[in-house]
Amino acid sequence: MFYIYCPYCGEHREEEEFHPKGQAHIERPKEPEACSDEEWGNYLFFRDNPRGVHHEMWVHAVGCRKFFNMTRHTVSYEILETYKMGEQPSITADSQAKPREAAAVSQQEGVRA
Amino acid sequence: MSNAATFDTRTDTAIPVESPLAYSYRRSGAPQAGGSSRLQLRERAMLGHLILRGGAIVLDEAVRDVLGLNLPGRPQTLVQDASGERSIQWLSPDEWLVIVPGGEEFPLETKLREHLGSAHFAISDVSGGQTLLEISGEAARELLMKTVIYDVHPSNFPVGKGVTTVFAKATTIIRRPSEDRWELVVRRSFADYCYRWLLDAGAEFGVNVQQ
Repeated sequence: MFYIYCPYCGEHREEEEFHPKGQAHIERPKEPEACSDEEWGNYLFFRDNPRGVHHEMWVHAVGCRKFFNMTRHTVSYEILETYKMGEQPSITADSQAKPREAAAVSQQEGVRA
Repeated sequence: MSNAATFDTRTDTAIPVESPLAYSYRRSGAPQAGGSSRLQLRERAMLGHLILRGGAIVLDEAVRDVLGLNLPGRPQTLVQDASGERSIQWLSPDEWLVIVPGGEEFPLETKLREHLGSAHFAISDVSGGQTLLEISGEAARELLMKTVIYDVHPSNFPVGKGVTTVFAKATTIIRRPSEDRWELVVRRSFADYCYRWLLDAGAEFGVNVQQ
């Protein structure tokens, strides 16, 4: 079971209260009419499936019923951080790939989050 | 005054009104363990429940003027008046649950609407949709410990806290208005299920149901 920090409730809650809602930071094209079929198809159907750091959207379905984002490691299942909608992640695949010292600091923050 | 259509859900006509647990009392009864009881269960039916939605700053002023209570701004907090009959609970960053004695909810809603005017807000009367169960007694926390996934230890659940969580697979609001009393706000449609769960789980503590 995950023990997930809800950024709106401000505390850790059981996984049972949450639902995963797929990849985060997917922006709907501003002008769908102007999209090519490929662009629209990519927006609708294609999702990342990385080995490593992944940004996901979750909803605190039983608690505050707000959506939020989570950075999760798809191999270790470690939750690196959770953050509110509209915010940008502080931990990304790039930041994790940096020299060990920088990564160690963000890892620690991730454990706390 | 907002132009939303409102109406008083309580009618003057003399029609029989039943609590959400009326069926349960008939079907499952109301056990009485007498003096050996370590757990008391009581439904506080027919209270007025309102859901307020909107920005905290706008609502706070209106609630303070109309109800005389501060809107709880911090997550999972519960604020009550001196008598303990009126309360406001934080549900989400833009949502609060107000519980007042039965019959007060419509005048309160009207006054809040007048006060808020054209601000961006929503008020829904959910009195018919949910009911409040009160559990007390020395075994109350033990009963919760085997029923909810949330940590109800006093260090994590002090008086004045309220959370929405999973109670025996049902979504329930759990609140702690005082040291020895816990409140559950359950959906009307889940009331019978929760009641029977409480009877079953409370049997070992000798549950006493007060009607």
